[in-house]
Amino acid sequence: MEQFLEQLASGLANGAIYACVALALVMIYVSTDHLNFAQGEMAMFSTYISWQLMQWGLNFWVAFVGAVLISFVLGLLIERVILRPLHNAPVLSVVVVFIGLLAICNSMAGAIWSYLIKEYPSPFPKSSFGIGGVIGAHQLGVVLVTLIVLSLLFVFFRFTPLGLAMRAAAQNPQMARLVGVRVDWMLALGWGLAAAVGAVAGIMVAHIVYLDPNMMGGILLYAFASALIGGIGNPGGAVLGGFIVGVLENMVAYTGNQIEKLTGVYIIGNGEKLTVALIIVIFVLTLKPAGLFGRVVVKRV
Amino acid sequence: MYKTNRRTFVAGVSAAAIVSGTRVASAQKKYDDGASDTEIKIGHTNPYSGPASSYGVIGKLHQAYWKAVNDRGGINGRKVNFITYDDGYSPPKTVEMVRKLVEEDKVLCTFNTLGTPCNTAIHKYMNQKKVPQLYVATGASKWGDPQHFPWTMGYQPDYQTEAVIYAKHILANVKGAKIGVLMQNDDYGKDYYEGFKKGLGKDVGQIVKHVTYETTDPTVDSQVIQLKDAGATVFFNISIPKFAAQAIRKAADIGWKPTQYLNNVSASVAATMKPAGFDNCQGIISSQYLMDPTDHQWNSNADMKTWQDFMAKNMPGANTADASYVYAYSVSYLMEQTLKNCGDNLTHANLMKQAASFQKFRIPLLLPGITVSTSATDFYPIQAIRLARFNKDSWDQFGDIMHAEST
Amino acid sequence: MPPFPRKWLAVLVALAILIPLLHPVMPDLVSNYRLFLVSTMIIASIAVLGLNLLTGFNGQISLGHSAFYAVGAYTAAILMDKLDCPYYLTVPAAAILSFVVGYLFGLPALRLEGHYLALATFALALSVPQILKYKWLEDLTGGVQGIVLLKPEVPFGLPLTEDQWLYYYCLIVMLILYWAAANILKSRSGRAMMAIRDYKIAADTMGIDTALYKTVTFGISAAYTGIAGALSASAIAFVAPDSFGFFLSIKFLIGLVVGGVGSLTGSVIGGIFYVLVDNSAQALSTFVKNDLGLQFDLSAYTVFGILLIVLMYLMPMGIAGGLFMAMRRLRRG
Repeated sequence: MEQFLEQLASGLANGAIYACVALALVMIYVSTDHLNFAQGEMAMFSTYISWQLMQWGLNFWVAFVGAVLISFVLGLLIERVILRPLHNAPVLSVVVVFIGLLAICNSMAGAIWSYLIKEYPSPFPKSSFGIGGVIGAHQLGVVLVTLIVLSLLFVFFRFTPLGLAMRAAAQNPQMARLVGVRVDWMLALGWGLAAAVGAVAGIMVAHIVYLDPNMMGGILLYAFASALIGGIGNPGGAVLGGFIVGVLENMVAYTGNQIEKLTGVYIIGNGEKLTVALIIVIFVLTLKPAGLFGRVVVKRV
Repeated sequence: MYKTNRRTFVAGVSAAAIVSGTRVASAQKKYDDGASDTEIKIGHTNPYSGPASSYGVIGKLHQAYWKAVNDRGGINGRKVNFITYDDGYSPPKTVEMVRKLVEEDKVLCTFNTLGTPCNTAIHKYMNQKKVPQLYVATGASKWGDPQHFPWTMGYQPDYQTEAVIYAKHILANVKGAKIGVLMQNDDYGKDYYEGFKKGLGKDVGQIVKHVTYETTDPTVDSQVIQLKDAGATVFFNISIPKFAAQAIRKAADIGWKPTQYLNNVSASVAATMKPAGFDNCQGIISSQYLMDPTDHQWNSNADMKTWQDFMAKNMPGANTADASYVYAYSVSYLMEQTLKNCGDNLTHANLMKQAASFQKFRIPLLLPGITVSTSATDFYPIQAIRLARFNKDSWDQFGDIMHAEST
Repeated sequence: MPPFPRKWLAVLVALAILIPLLHPVMPDLVSNYRLFLVSTMIIASIAVLGLNLLTGFNGQISLGHSAFYAVGAYTAAILMDKLDCPYYLTVPAAAILSFVVGYLFGLPALRLEGHYLALATFALALSVPQILKYKWLEDLTGGVQGIVLLKPEVPFGLPLTEDQWLYYYCLIVMLILYWAAANILKSRSGRAMMAIRDYKIAADTMGIDTALYKTVTFGISAAYTGIAGALSASAIAFVAPDSFGFFLSIKFLIGLVVGGVGSLTGSVIGGIFYVLVDNSAQALSTFVKNDLGLQFDLSAYTVFGILLIVLMYLMPMGIAGGLFMAMRRLRRG
């Protein structure tokens, strides 16, 4: 029972990480209709920026705000400079550009800050909560921050004119243009916001997995799965998707352990936990092809 | 563990090593492809890109090292042409790149090619071509097999030997140990684990739980919880620095206090212990054969000073906390000595012969007392390590220097 | 995109067959290493062709073709290693097994579209290396250590080197597969495949069994990529789970897009690019460092990224598309 609780808590904590990065993915998707493969590496780069600011003597929260703002501007610039000329290119070509970006961010971070892992401070007090200290303060903090970011995004998209304009620009650019939305700038803004959310995610994650140029490689894979489970255009779904993947994965390992304990035969364990979790997810998706929380789009003929 | 007596020097050369044809260039000077009066070509592969790119610094140091050698006038008057290619840690790419090195660039030998799967992919090829594959950058135990592979030689102490030493230490010091093992799920992890089981021998049943992780896993929290739940009192941590640090921290977080053994791969103070938190690392046992540049006990060591000067002069801006730079420097030094010892006889056969003729040779930055010895039947240059216990913020070496045969 | 002109094709094939025979005359130019390099290009282009059949001609995206490549490679490796099966039988075996796996995978994929199909295939790419390491399969797959193989021997006492034979072997397989692909695409089935890509609902109403076509296309696509995997196992003479990670799928995708989506010629270009891009990125990076004397350490990986972005800038439709556009512009004067 104790292990069950611990695994559940650790699954939730991991889930929070995935949820954070998945949110950034959804941001880009909602505002530009693209799946950004470079999102993880951009978030990693932003985290290094905040680390550098702290090295220069700034306080954690100042560095945090600084890094988020810088990332926002960088995201904006990437859209204006790199993606702008490709507005009419096929989707797959844009994906290749994302892969190019991924390679550049990763190798530049390595060249500037070296590949050695760095410890990254946590802004939260060092204590544990729950029965037997199953969840740490930082993990709880990550969950909290994720939920705050989620609510901010919700309010922004639902209740502000700018948010509405951004959604319009992504869903129906022509019509949006006709009613006077500056579609080009909305796309750039979307990139800026996604980069900013990514920066928050990176900064939250870095304390747990440590800071290094490859820190996002594995996480991005999980974040993709999370975002897609929730229905790629749905921020709330992405967060829930993150928790589902995190918990499911640990539960698979836990079940495997219990089976081995009972029968003495190894069937599934840590090596297979991701595979099994993904199979379950895909099975569910074949039953609900628009994601768990996505709306089914009715096609017009 | 190894039947051969590793301190016996067999005079003469291994039968296998003379077979290769050599051509005579002048009265005394003998050259194979890749060597001439003015130049020696050596080849190298390394992942400069992709997920394993953190090893790229090894290749960077080699480049700086050979440039420095050339600035000093080269080796016996010959400049070293060090050719390095990126293989992205992908065995098919390594095959392609190494064939380019051997067949197009016509190098005298390859040197410190990195990665167990990558070296496995070219192992047969190099031996068929009879081109030396020297001082490979992997700790797998299969590189010292002169009978079957007379053209391949390892460098660092192999993982199995190290794991055997831990196993013996556990059996001698922890009564009724219940052992939990965390292992990276690839051949590096596997090699350690096999050695560890061998070392436990009939007491292999003391392993109560064995869990693995993939390098794409974000954390190893779930695995550590499983080990704790299995009631393990000894924790053998076979992981790379990032995950080792996570595991040590997680164990402390959930109040699990086993006796911890940490593989040498992650023994760096800067890369593992500091991120894990010094408080959480007290008493961890590991082993070392090289000096750790971030361990202050070596601050006034002459070797360390020379190395620091080298770094400052040739690689300004590099992060000197990275233990890979120490590793790369030491193996480059051994390669330089090997080439020097070849004199004017720069043939594949003589290169192998010289590589197999070191007698208690001291390489800078090895722990005091550890030396390199090789022979026609002993293709493991470094076979000694010393156990160390983490205390405050640095490693305390303890006990004797241990060799494979003394365990 | 129009097919490649026939007479040029014949000239190219003739050149491809004859050039290796120049080895005795120009040993350095037509070296064994270069033939080996071309063989790897051929293998990559077969894999890209497989992906192209699915993505380019049938409109289904896949991030999981590394999995089919792995299935092919391991089928070949296990047959050769455990059953002493001759290497030439491994290609049909790999094709059949990959087809079955692809077909079966195509069934659930029917219910998934766009991004969800991407997720499912992506999951496939992640799982296969794990499955290869699975404890109960270790005896068969060699686990994390992989399987070391022998290179194909030259048959019938032909006066060829191993690399020359490997080259011809790959070339023959590739020519057959291209011929087959071109014929499938020209046929009624090919038109149905493309109709599904262009307008699935219309294809449905026209009475095309879209489910059947989609799953069979998945199978054929997997079979092509599996054959490429089997050939690579022979060429590299070593298989290990970590050679078949998600990044391999990405590389196929890059080959596909850079070569030209929906173009057979593009697949060949993509295969060549797949091998050359790493090498040229390295060469460029050294060039910048040594010859231009730039102080900042521009790594090959950065150059690789920049190359990709620039290529997409210049030719968003891939190299085949770019060439086609350039030719049309020239003709118009």
